[in-house]
Amino acid sequence: MEMAEGGSWFEPKILGFLCNWCSYAAADLAGMSRMEYPPNIRCIRVMCSGRVEPSFVLEALREGYDGVLIAGCHPPSDCHYQSGNLKARRRYYLLRKLLRELGINPDRVRLEWASASEGQRFAEIVRDFTEQLRRLGPNPIRAMRVGGGE
Amino acid sequence: MNLAIGLGATCSGCDVTIVDLAEDLPKILSSANIVFWPTAADLKLKDLEAMADGSIDLCLYHGSIVNEENAEIAKLLRRKSKLLVAFGSCACFGGIPGLGNLTNREQLLETVYGTPSTENPNGIKPQGEVIVDGYRMRVPRRLDLALPLSGVVEVDYLIPGCPPQTSQVRDSFEAILSGNLPPKGSIIGPGKNLCDECPRKREGKAIARIVRPHEIIPDPEKCLLDQGILCMGPATRAGCGAKCIKANMRCEGCMGPPDGIRDQGAKMLSTIASILGLEGEEKMAEEEVAKLMDGIADPVGLFYLFSLSSSILRRKWGEV
Amino acid sequence: MPDPQEDLKIGVYVCHCGKNIADVVNVKEVADFASKLPGVEVAREYLHMCDDVGQEMISNDIRELGINRVVVAACSPKVHELTFRETLRKAGLNPYLLEIANIREQCSWVHRSDPKRATEKAKDLVKMAVAKAKWLMPLETKSVEVSRSALVIGGGIAGIQAALDIADNGYQVYLVEKGPSLGGRMGQWSKVFPTMDCAACILTPKMVSVARHPRIKLLTNSELIEASGSLGNFKVRIRKRPRYVDEEKCTACGLCAQKCPVRVPNEIDFGMSSRKAIYITSPNAVPLAYSIDGENCLYLKRGICRVCERVCEAKAINFNQKEEIIELKVGSIVVAIGYDPFDPTPLEEYGFGRYKDVVTGPMLERMTDPMGPTGGAILRPSTGKPPRKVAFIQCVGSRDARFNIYCSRVCCMYAIKDSLIIKEQNPEAEVYIFYMDIRAFGKGYEEFYLRSQEAGVRFIRGKVSSIREDPKTKELILRYEDTLLGTALEDSFDLVVLSVGQVPRADTETISKILGIPRSTDGFLMEAHPKLRPNDAVVDGIYLAGSAQYPKDIPDAVAQASGAAARALIPLSMGRVEVEPLSPIIDEDRCGGCGVCVKLCPYRALELKRKGEKTVAEVDEVLCKGCGTCVAACPSGAAKPRMFTEEQILSMISSAAR
Repeated sequence: MEMAEGGSWFEPKILGFLCNWCSYAAADLAGMSRMEYPPNIRCIRVMCSGRVEPSFVLEALREGYDGVLIAGCHPPSDCHYQSGNLKARRRYYLLRKLLRELGINPDRVRLEWASASEGQRFAEIVRDFTEQLRRLGPNPIRAMRVGGGE
Repeated sequence: MNLAIGLGATCSGCDVTIVDLAEDLPKILSSANIVFWPTAADLKLKDLEAMADGSIDLCLYHGSIVNEENAEIAKLLRRKSKLLVAFGSCACFGGIPGLGNLTNREQLLETVYGTPSTENPNGIKPQGEVIVDGYRMRVPRRLDLALPLSGVVEVDYLIPGCPPQTSQVRDSFEAILSGNLPPKGSIIGPGKNLCDECPRKREGKAIARIVRPHEIIPDPEKCLLDQGILCMGPATRAGCGAKCIKANMRCEGCMGPPDGIRDQGAKMLSTIASILGLEGEEKMAEEEVAKLMDGIADPVGLFYLFSLSSSILRRKWGEV
Repeated sequence: MPDPQEDLKIGVYVCHCGKNIADVVNVKEVADFASKLPGVEVAREYLHMCDDVGQEMISNDIRELGINRVVVAACSPKVHELTFRETLRKAGLNPYLLEIANIREQCSWVHRSDPKRATEKAKDLVKMAVAKAKWLMPLETKSVEVSRSALVIGGGIAGIQAALDIADNGYQVYLVEKGPSLGGRMGQWSKVFPTMDCAACILTPKMVSVARHPRIKLLTNSELIEASGSLGNFKVRIRKRPRYVDEEKCTACGLCAQKCPVRVPNEIDFGMSSRKAIYITSPNAVPLAYSIDGENCLYLKRGICRVCERVCEAKAINFNQKEEIIELKVGSIVVAIGYDPFDPTPLEEYGFGRYKDVVTGPMLERMTDPMGPTGGAILRPSTGKPPRKVAFIQCVGSRDARFNIYCSRVCCMYAIKDSLIIKEQNPEAEVYIFYMDIRAFGKGYEEFYLRSQEAGVRFIRGKVSSIREDPKTKELILRYEDTLLGTALEDSFDLVVLSVGQVPRADTETISKILGIPRSTDGFLMEAHPKLRPNDAVVDGIYLAGSAQYPKDIPDAVAQASGAAARALIPLSMGRVEVEPLSPIIDEDRCGGCGVCVKLCPYRALELKRKGEKTVAEVDEVLCKGCGTCVAACPSGAAKPRMFTEEQILSMISSAAR
């Protein structure tokens, strides 16, 4: 386990969006299989990754979450609703570009695919993302609350 | 009524709109007494300070708040005015000066005073205050963030546009004079998006390739988005009469978001990403998707041209 | 939007789930924490919220305390959401005013080694659920009446079976067949494996049943051109091309064909024979009537001839027949459009099209038919004499990364069948089957395979890499690998049969677009779920039968057709469909008619409609599945979902942020 800069212990706070048919089921399967992953993540169930709006991710970052995970069904054809995941993917890539322009490391937002049978994969994703965020350090927005009438 | 027109960091285009009222101006002014208008009348700050609180019936404030002076005058006008209206996109959303939030005060000063194109052999940066011959000289300190008017004071109404159209000014004056106003804090004007006013024909949307406005001569009958030109119309409030569209140019989003949308840029980003590369989406590999999105070279300039300062993230938060 | 006047009273119920949750998460602490959250009227904990006592706890609070929003912190909503919705409904509260916090599968079960942080997470999850509960809205399902008839597209064995099953159940069926007769591919085969039944003998009675059935309207020479609507209420348009022969009057005497001066290649025989411009597909055709091919008839193309009309004693020829457009309203649609045999021309190494004696399996089939191009004898096309040494090459166009990766299932069996027929006709003939694997998976198939081995058919495991013609003998030399010997060999044959697989019919793409049903990556029509819903298309109300969905043999096609029919009967027999409140509401005060949502919807549930002065989007509540993609893309926020709303999600995000 790594210490963050300044020697303080940093536990990243992660927000997750899980799609009902694939990734939420994968997360449930990870539970049924009694796998373990760090308790840093808080998940919100949506019906489809296509429901996830970039503004949700931006709000989460503004609220101070260190990372946001969006998980859906494997492209191209696993999506329960045909192609919601494909829209999610395009929005994700464009959002990454925007985040970079706005000085937020795009790696703080992660799009992953996990089908309903991939409980292990889900646990690994959460473990990996938690560690990656630990290395990236706290969300700069958390640290820098600006004055000027905000 | 006592009318004031105040300004912050502005291009004065909003002043021009008021002047553009032309023949209607005397009509409107016949019921108004301009007590403060730095652009057009020689009234001093101390005259404003001397007015009684609330003695200005209506104040239109245009320009965004980028330095301490803008903030001071905005606060002063708020005290002195019954109704304070953010006039124009800068006051409403931060406007073009809001793009300054992609940098910060230090970097701005460094760029202006520290780079080779400025002759500054002693590397002098503005101090904010200096005493010369016993006189205290002050230059308003640049804020770290450009803000809309609502960033420093409570705003009663907003009239967006860069600049607002004369029709909007006329309609707003009518609304204010008749008292037929929406709830406090609202925008005076239609709530729908520009597509509602746009005369062009549209079908379902899917963009295969992004086209810059100079690359084609757009078909004047068809929706610009359908032709690959990234028109901000769908995520932009109506009320301007779709003037740019009728001139065969894309909407840039100066009227801000439609009713109920918190962040204009985030919404439009979602929209564009959804319809770009829609046909054949199932055949696209991951790298192709990333490359397709790379075709939008300047997401901030595209999606947040006028509204960065009032968006969810509102600024650049460091270097990545 | 929820009623801002309503006095919200949230009840929070935290479950121990025996020890499943309580062993890791401090349930009491979570309940205490919940009780202090704003808006929470009561917070309780119990061993098993889902049992009678637990449910009664909730019902009581609803009745006695006026609880009007319920949060259950327990197992995954996928387990008990429906259970607790019922609890609410029975207690008189709208079942959609429920939110479940998953503190088992996604908390206690995965954070076992850190109970303290697991408890903190459970508190956050409850906080999020409570925040969402404030924004829940009461919702209703909608009951819609159904058109009680079905459309079956495709008159092959699968379509025939589905039509009979639905009609036998008492409902009207419209069976649409593109060609002039029923029968499809099975109508082209002579014998079927493994029984060696005469295909026509078992097929014809079914075709006749269709023709005679009081509730089946058979539309031949017809195709689907347009479809709209949704489960229970489809509107379809059928184009019926003119036959130019009156089906009632024609006696199928054949005199017209004898006299017709135009010869064209016969598609039924895959071009190995010819037919006239006026023709019948087989003596067992249903309807039993001739048909004029409008592309080749001299009168229809150039205004001359009409000899058929002159000689027809029944006066059945009618050149005045016109194309008809038929509009129908149906409740279910079964798609049974079948397949095409793979065309092996691109496999240049096999010389199909160059060498006359290289034929496909289906072509060989036609030769075995007494009504076929050779009167039932298997002959070498080059000499017209029976072959002495025949090679079958398996997996042509199947299990081949260059063409189709899938296995077509039937080719092993039909090659074995045809090899037995060759042996029957000429016991001295040598028959070789070059295979990768022999797939004899069905009932009686393994026995059939053994039979062919006993009959002397030789099986060589290995691929044939090339075929060339011996310039002198005109025999075909096959170069092949014998994998069991581990060596490459050559041998000559006088007839080579390419066992081509099944590929999606050429018009699968058209049907897919008209009906809005997607195709799988292999090009066949996609089923709703490969394991649990193999007979349903992705769109509700549309069902799949036969090789249209995936290559299969006749028993599986028939079984699937009956399955599809059973599925198609559900809306018809219920008479009504319940539509869940999944679809968004389009706020017409916000919608500017931009059209962004229209093409995004995979179910085509959205369209732009002109309403008075303005154009706005409209959502078909029955077609919509509630995925929310349009909501996320709508640039003006006009598409408002009824569940998983923006306010709900944002409140969940901010509630757990700190």
